[in-house]
Amino acid sequence: MSTLEHAAKSFEFSGEDRRVARWRKILQKLRENKGAMFGLAMVLAVILSAIFAPLLSPHDPILQDVEKRLLPPVWQTGGDPSFLLGTDHLGRDIVSRLIYGARISIVVSVSAVVFSAILGTLIGLLSGFYGGNVDNIFMRIADVQLAFPFILLAIAIIAVLGPNLQNIIIVMGITGWVIYARVVRAEILSLREKEFITSVRALGGSNGRIIFNHLFPNVVPPIIVIITLEMARMIIMEAALSFLGLGIQPPTPTWGGMLADGRVYLATSWWLATFPGLVIMLVVLGINLLGNWLRDILDPRLTQL
Amino acid sequence: MKFYILKRLFHSIFVLVGISLVVFIILHLTGDPAALLMPMDATPEQVAQFRKEMGFTDPLIVQYGRFFKGTLHGDFGLSFRHSQPALDLVLERMPATIQLTAAAMVIALIIAIPVGILSAVRRNTILDHIGMTGALLGQSTPVFWLGIMLILIFSVTLQWFPSSGRGNIWNLVLPAVTLGMFTMARTARMMRSSMLEVLGQEYMKTAMAKGLSPRMVILKHAMKNALIPVVTIVGMELGTLLGGAVITETVFAWPGVGRLAVQAIYNRDYPVVQAAVFILATIFVLVNLGVDILYTYLDPRVKLE
Repeated sequence: MSTLEHAAKSFEFSGEDRRVARWRKILQKLRENKGAMFGLAMVLAVILSAIFAPLLSPHDPILQDVEKRLLPPVWQTGGDPSFLLGTDHLGRDIVSRLIYGARISIVVSVSAVVFSAILGTLIGLLSGFYGGNVDNIFMRIADVQLAFPFILLAIAIIAVLGPNLQNIIIVMGITGWVIYARVVRAEILSLREKEFITSVRALGGSNGRIIFNHLFPNVVPPIIVIITLEMARMIIMEAALSFLGLGIQPPTPTWGGMLADGRVYLATSWWLATFPGLVIMLVVLGINLLGNWLRDILDPRLTQL
Repeated sequence: MKFYILKRLFHSIFVLVGISLVVFIILHLTGDPAALLMPMDATPEQVAQFRKEMGFTDPLIVQYGRFFKGTLHGDFGLSFRHSQPALDLVLERMPATIQLTAAAMVIALIIAIPVGILSAVRRNTILDHIGMTGALLGQSTPVFWLGIMLILIFSVTLQWFPSSGRGNIWNLVLPAVTLGMFTMARTARMMRSSMLEVLGQEYMKTAMAKGLSPRMVILKHAMKNALIPVVTIVGMELGTLLGGAVITETVFAWPGVGRLAVQAIYNRDYPVVQAAVFILATIFVLVNLGVDILYTYLDPRVKLE
C-alpha cells in the first residue's frame, strides 16, 4: 500500500471527502518537489506548444527566404529581432520550427507509448493469469526482443516499410511492450492467489471479469509510472529516427531533422544544431523528473526502472 | 551449478534462433523481397527471373530453413554494393565497434562507480546533489546531440580533438564519452541506490561495531555487495551501447559495424543489414550469458533458481 493510500485511509471521511483530501495531499506534495514542478512546467509547455503552434509561432515554419538564411540569434551581431533564435540554411525561423516540431514529437511518442502500453499490459495480464504455455511463449518472445540493439532493428524495419507516421508509431510501439508485460505479469502472479480473487471466483466470476474488473485496477499505478518514463525514451527515439532521416519526412519540421540539418553547418552556424537538442534535453529531463516523482508516490518499488 | 549453466546455454541458443527468424523476416516484411533487392529500373522479367533464382517462390518455411542453414555457416549472401560476402564486411568493421564500445563502458564505469558510492555515503550533501543532477542530465541528453555539442566545443571551437574518423587515441575520446554518457548516468544512479541498500544492512553495523575503519567498511564490505546488481545492469547496458554505437558512429564517422549497417540500409544492401543485426545481437547474447555465469560466482544465492 502506498504512503498516499495510508494517508488517505487515516482520514476517516466518507468517499467524496476522502478523494478531495487525497488530491489535496498529492498537490501539496507536488508543490514541495521543485524538480517535479519544473518537469510539469516543461511537459505543459510542450503540450501547449504542440496544440497552439499556429498561434504561438511568429513565422511560417516551412516558409523559405534565401535573403534571410543563416541569421544568428538576436544577441549576436547581425541578428534580426524578429528571429529570436536565428534562421536555418533555408531562411526558416528556428523558433517557429521548434514550436511546430513539438507536434510531431508529441503525436508520435504519445501514440507509440499508448500502443506499447496497451499491448504490453494485455500480454502481461494474460501471461500472469493463465501461466503455462501462454506465459512461456510471450516471455520467450520478450527475451528475443531484449536481445536486440532494438534501434538498429527499428531502423531496418522502417527503411524497408517506408518512413510514414503509421509505420513509425507501430515500430516504436513494438519496441516498448516488454517492460509493461514483465511488470504487469509479476504483479498478477502475486495477486491471483490473494483471497479477494478466490472469493470472486467462488462467487462465480468469469475469468474476463476477474482479469479486467479485479486484477487490472491493481496494476494501474505501476503502468502510469512506466508510461511516464517511457515517454522520455520515445521522444529521444523519434528524434533519433528523424536525425537518421527515417522519421517524418521534410518539409514537416522535426527536432531530430533540424539537428541533422544543423550538423552540416556546425562550423559556421552553431545555433542550428544547438537549440533543437537543447529543447529535446529539457523536455526529456522534465518528463524524467515528473516520472521519478510519480514513481515515488505511486509505486516506490519500481526504483530500478 | 552445471545445470544452471546448461539451462542458460540452452536458453541462449533459443534466443539466437529467434533472432535469426526476426532477421529473416525483415526482408519479407513488404511481401516481395525481390522488388526490394532488385534495382529500381529492372524489368518485370528480370525481377521474375531473380525471384526464381533466389528461391523466393518457395514456401516461407523452406526459405527460412535455407537462411538458417546459411547463418550457421556464416553465409548471409553477397553484399550488393561491394560484391563481397556480407559477413566479411561486418567482421572487418567489428574491431572498431568493439574498441568504441569497450572504451565507452570503461569510461562510464570509472566515473559512475565512485560517483555512486560517494553520493550514497555522503547522502543529501552538495556532493550527492551534484552527482545525481549530473546523472539525471546525462540520462536526458540524446546521444546524437551530445556528440554534436562535443564536436562543436572540443573540435570546432577549442580544436583539442579531431571531429571524425578513427586513428589514434585522440580520435577515440569524443565518441567514447558520447556513447558512454547514458550508461554512466544510469550506472551511477544504480550504484547509489544499491549502496544505500547495503549500508542499511545489519552486517554493516556489525562491521562498524567491530571497530573497522569506515573506509575499510565501505570499500571492502559495502562496495563488494553493492556491485552485484550493478554487474547485471552492465550486461544489459551493453545492448544500449551497441545500439547507441549505431548513432555515435554515424555522428563521428567512426568506421564500425553500426555505421556500416546504417549505410547499408540507405543503399538497400540487405544482406549486410542482416549480417550486422545478427552479429550485434549474437555478441549481446553471448556477453549476457557470460555475465549471468559470472553472477552465479558473485552471488551464490542465484544458483537456487
